[in-house]
Amino acid sequence: MKALDDVSLNIDQGEFVAIMGPSGSGKSTLMHILGALDLPTSGTYFLNGKDVGKLSDDQLADIRNREIGFVFQAYNLLPRTSAINNVMLPMDYASVPEFEQHKRALKMLEKVGLADRLSHSPNKLSGGEQQRVAIARALVMNPSIILADEPTGNIASFQADEIMSIFKQLNDDGHTIVMITHEQDIAEHAKRIIHLLDGKIVEDGNGHKRRIINSNSNHEINKTN
Amino acid sequence: MKLTKLIKSGIKNLAINKMRTGLAVLGIVIGIGSVIALVSMGESSKRAVQSQIQSIGSNLLTVSPGFITSGGVRGAIGGAKTLTNDDAEAIKTSPKITTVKNVSPEYSSRAQVIAGRNNTNTQIVGVEPVYAEVRKLTLSLGSFISSQNLTAQSKVAVIGPSVAEDLFGEGVNPVGQTIRISGKNFQIIGMTKSKGGAGMDNQDDRIYVPLTTAQKQLFGVKYLSSIALEAKSESVMTAAQNEVGYLLLERHKLSSPEEADFRIMSQEDILEAASAVTGTFTTLLTGIAAISLLVGGIGIMNIMLMSVTERTREIGLRKALGAKKKVIIYQFLIESIILTFTGGLIGVILGIGGYYLYAKANSATFVITLSSVFLAFFVSVAIGILFGWYPARKASNMNPIEALRYE
Repeated sequence: MKALDDVSLNIDQGEFVAIMGPSGSGKSTLMHILGALDLPTSGTYFLNGKDVGKLSDDQLADIRNREIGFVFQAYNLLPRTSAINNVMLPMDYASVPEFEQHKRALKMLEKVGLADRLSHSPNKLSGGEQQRVAIARALVMNPSIILADEPTGNIASFQADEIMSIFKQLNDDGHTIVMITHEQDIAEHAKRIIHLLDGKIVEDGNGHKRRIINSNSNHEINKTN
Repeated sequence: MKLTKLIKSGIKNLAINKMRTGLAVLGIVIGIGSVIALVSMGESSKRAVQSQIQSIGSNLLTVSPGFITSGGVRGAIGGAKTLTNDDAEAIKTSPKITTVKNVSPEYSSRAQVIAGRNNTNTQIVGVEPVYAEVRKLTLSLGSFISSQNLTAQSKVAVIGPSVAEDLFGEGVNPVGQTIRISGKNFQIIGMTKSKGGAGMDNQDDRIYVPLTTAQKQLFGVKYLSSIALEAKSESVMTAAQNEVGYLLLERHKLSSPEEADFRIMSQEDILEAASAVTGTFTTLLTGIAAISLLVGGIGIMNIMLMSVTERTREIGLRKALGAKKKVIIYQFLIESIILTFTGGLIGVILGIGGYYLYAKANSATFVITLSSVFLAFFVSVAIGILFGWYPARKASNMNPIEALRYE
């Protein structure tokens, strides 16, 4: 049983894609490959023209650091660490100077509306606020894609709307967003919805209309068997 | 990632679980502390031996009679009566002896000494005037035994400061006083300067009398208990040992060195033999201390492995955010080094403190060698790296996907 089978997919810069499917459909595996956390056993994945499958561990770490911003269902913030320090973390791994880190982290937290929560540690923040810190962290390296894995899964519905409006705003600003979700109403916020079932794409389009794949795209995944 | 930031976050992480961190550090404290204390104690006893050699003279050779063998039982060194005044005279005059500067025949035995109402039992040493030069003895008061004293078998004595204190009390000038040694009156003509030393070897607890007086009037013997030789220089010590050895073999009508009824030892030989026991003891204790350091190191590894497991999700997150393997390794290595370095620091302080108390209690010299302190810090950092390496590697090799899913 293959987690993903004969999946061929292009994602353009500036798209807002939702990936849907029941559990076991392969959406997490697809997410891990897109996020350079896992490599396909066969097939290729091009990110900004680079063949990700041919990169070393350290180069993959660099890709995750600079090209991809992760937003997790469980936020995954460092405990006992202030919001601003959490946002600064990815910049540590890119050797950004300290004063620059501070400036950029501050800007990102302002962008997600948490300018007044800079020194709060995660346990003093609500779920929605924690996820907004995580989004600020995902944005701070100015990545090519934001990968969100069930970003509203742990959040009360009124806060989920806030998160989605932030994603919409980011997409309007030109960010590419790929989001995994199993909630139809959350997926509706995306401009393109891909349905997976048993490792295969069964539907790709805006609601019902299937899209023509653009071969001149920037982000491209091509996975076979 | 900057080192200062890694250190800061390392300290923060270790501070979360203060009890656990403290106990892990304690293992290293005990290990480093005991190593430092024991190595320092060994060092100070080594220095004491060295300074003793220097104070006695490094050109000194001592000829002592061999063992008494009676009915197959071997007695103590110096028990036999094989060394005579003629042997000493032969060493002095023989043309075959070219490397010996001074010859000091000696006879010593214990005797009861009385002064007024005080009495003590001490070592009486019969000497010739050259003794003072050979044994590097200096006087604080009066004069030493003269050749006239020797030929006249005068009943004069030079006493050590400890004996003087026992007999006359502290600060009293004993010169001119009369003491009774084995029932005979002796006049004190001088007092030696304090040389220190302890126990049986206390050179301040002695009374020197002319050799002739000791042999004929006090103890009625015709042999010597030792002959001290001063070689012309330190470099001819071995030559002197050989010359004197063969001369004595010839005089005692013995054909090979194996049959020798005497021993010739340098001061170093004697003290080495004496310090061999303490040396073995120190090595043994240091070995045990080193084992406790090893156990401390294992404790560190245990704590670090626990910490890696507990922080699996954090490691997964850091890897997802772009931390390279090397950075993860550094992060955990720095934590274990902080643990062991802190342990080393406290251990050095406690070890030196313990050694100071030991030195004070035993009136031993208190010397801290900088090298041992540096070594302790080096060792503690090395233990941090050694025992932190495996947990750090384990962390860095985690699969980020599995790590992020870890509950």
